[in-house]
Amino acid sequence: MTLVMIFRIALKALSRNKMRTALTMLGMIIGVGAVITMVALGAGAQSSIDAQIQSAGTNMIMVSAGNFTQGGVRQGQGNASTLVPEDAAAIAQLNGVRYVAAASNARGQVVAGNQNWSTQIQGTDVDLPLIRSWQTSAGAFFTPQDVTTAAKVAVLGSTVRDQLFGPDVDPTGEIVRVSSGGAGATVQNQPFTVVGVMAAKGQSSVGQDQDDVIYVPYSTVMKKLRGTTSVQQISVSATSAGDTTTVAEAIGNLLRARHKIQPGDPDDFLIRTMDEIASVRKETTQTMTALLAGIAGVSLLVGGIGIMNIMLVSVTERTREIGLRLAVGARGRDVLFQFLVEAVVLSGIGGSVGIALGFGLSRGLTYWMEWPTEVPLNAVAVAFGFAAGTGVFFGFYPARKAAALDPIEALRFE
Amino acid sequence: MPTVITVRNLVKTYLVGEVEVRALRGVNLEVQAGEFLTVTGPSGSGKSTFMHIIGCLDRPTSGQYLLDGQDVSRMSKDELANVRNHKIGFVFQGFNLLSRTSALDNVELPLLYRGGLTMAERHKLALAALESVGLKDRAGHHTNQLSGGQQQRVAIARAIINQPSILLADEPTGNLDTKTSIEVMGIFQRMNRERNITVVLITHEHDIAEYGTRTAAFRDGVITADHAVARRRLAEDELRDLPPEIDE
Repeated sequence: MTLVMIFRIALKALSRNKMRTALTMLGMIIGVGAVITMVALGAGAQSSIDAQIQSAGTNMIMVSAGNFTQGGVRQGQGNASTLVPEDAAAIAQLNGVRYVAAASNARGQVVAGNQNWSTQIQGTDVDLPLIRSWQTSAGAFFTPQDVTTAAKVAVLGSTVRDQLFGPDVDPTGEIVRVSSGGAGATVQNQPFTVVGVMAAKGQSSVGQDQDDVIYVPYSTVMKKLRGTTSVQQISVSATSAGDTTTVAEAIGNLLRARHKIQPGDPDDFLIRTMDEIASVRKETTQTMTALLAGIAGVSLLVGGIGIMNIMLVSVTERTREIGLRLAVGARGRDVLFQFLVEAVVLSGIGGSVGIALGFGLSRGLTYWMEWPTEVPLNAVAVAFGFAAGTGVFFGFYPARKAAALDPIEALRFE
Repeated sequence: MPTVITVRNLVKTYLVGEVEVRALRGVNLEVQAGEFLTVTGPSGSGKSTFMHIIGCLDRPTSGQYLLDGQDVSRMSKDELANVRNHKIGFVFQGFNLLSRTSALDNVELPLLYRGGLTMAERHKLALAALESVGLKDRAGHHTNQLSGGQQQRVAIARAIINQPSILLADEPTGNLDTKTSIEVMGIFQRMNRERNITVVLITHEHDIAEYGTRTAAFRDGVITADHAVARRRLAEDELRDLPPEIDE
């Protein structure tokens, strides 16, 4: 009795009662399909969050100027003037720090030819594109030399380029005039040379246009536009994602020392890591994924029990058939394998169709509902393995029951 | 003529709850190749138990059973399954065919468990067996589309497909009307005559017992009478004499 023959016998037996076979499979199909769809939804949500965090800057630590109290009145966040470019330089010396960019921002009116546009002027350092993994679409980001000399150079966000020069124009080398009512001084019509254009980044996760901005050296903003000695923010990038917490701590200690803050006094700066934001969101999606997979797993289990149920009924219903098979020369083993193979075929085909259904549903959700989905291959393997395992596990008991039948009793069974 | 079945002092006792039931109390019998033995007896006489042991579905408590000179009374379950497959053909009162399955597939069933044959070979053998019972043109029909007589003929085709030493029939005409019974008995007689297959047929109807060459009567677990049939009925003659009527 070869395995091929047993398969043939099992398939014939299954095809003899197509309705029951289909209904039993349905349990498995729904179980496996649900597991895959749920896990795909979870994985999709997770990877879209990962992507957001990635584009927000990997391993990023934000150091902002804190508030300070002036005559009992607490000033707004970022108003403390204690965060200086030298702090950024000191942070850059710390272990585990890869990139550092000080930031000093202003709003301003930018004019080119007969066009003008009000936009955000971000004073930053050469490391910013590296921290954020941003690319330029034309020209290049400004150089360390520009920062040292507080050169009047600008890199345009693509929205600003579109507004001032029109899309698909390379404005590198053109002059734009910047006016800004800065905190310290009001400046008019300062000529800036365009050295590059950033690649479009689209909207941020909160719907802000990330391309409506021009980048200039932070030293230029400080000296030529705002007339201040302090920066508002220092962006730091840690060498690896696992380091951000320790690095953030080291930065805190360094700044407290540099700013001569007494123990017990509050910080005059604020440190946030992307890690914190990311881990909260990740935990949420992981919990959701686990919950969804749990619910789906229950339906898989129910599918398995359905198979056992049907196989048990089938053994009783087919007692005479089993008796006959034994009478014409089937050994107990042959009957055992036949029923086992029937159960495995039920769950195997059910599992395969379920995988297809899961893929289809995931695609459908992405297509019609625009929910991000991602079918992880290991989930497919686990779901299918579980389905086949269910067949063997839940099929074994009925199969053994069938094989243990006494041929005489089985033949007499009414 | 070689001896096919040799049974010596066969005893079978069952435990039904606390009570010991002695179904067979020392049966002695010899059946020669080519004989057509009919076994009669009231219910509870032990004839069914006897047939189960002869058919290798059960083992005796004591005593000896030689099938083709081979002692099968002490064989393991798997060995018995092999003997049933190769040497014994069963025909049951209730036909015991697989429903929703073609006649051809039903006849093929014992070949599946024999193994070593290609699909083409199995089909050829099964078709030949169906032809010998006159149902070649119904090979593709599902068994539930066949009449009772046709179903029993499919069962006979299945029983003879492995060219068994003995063809065992347990009340094969119990569910059939008179004319169909005669037709089925005719097939048994033809198999017995043309293929020299030894037939052991259990019945409680005395007129059916007269189709055999020899008849044995069971009572209380022993054989009380064993003699040749004096005026053997021949199904073919009887069918010829029956008034013509529209066949199924």
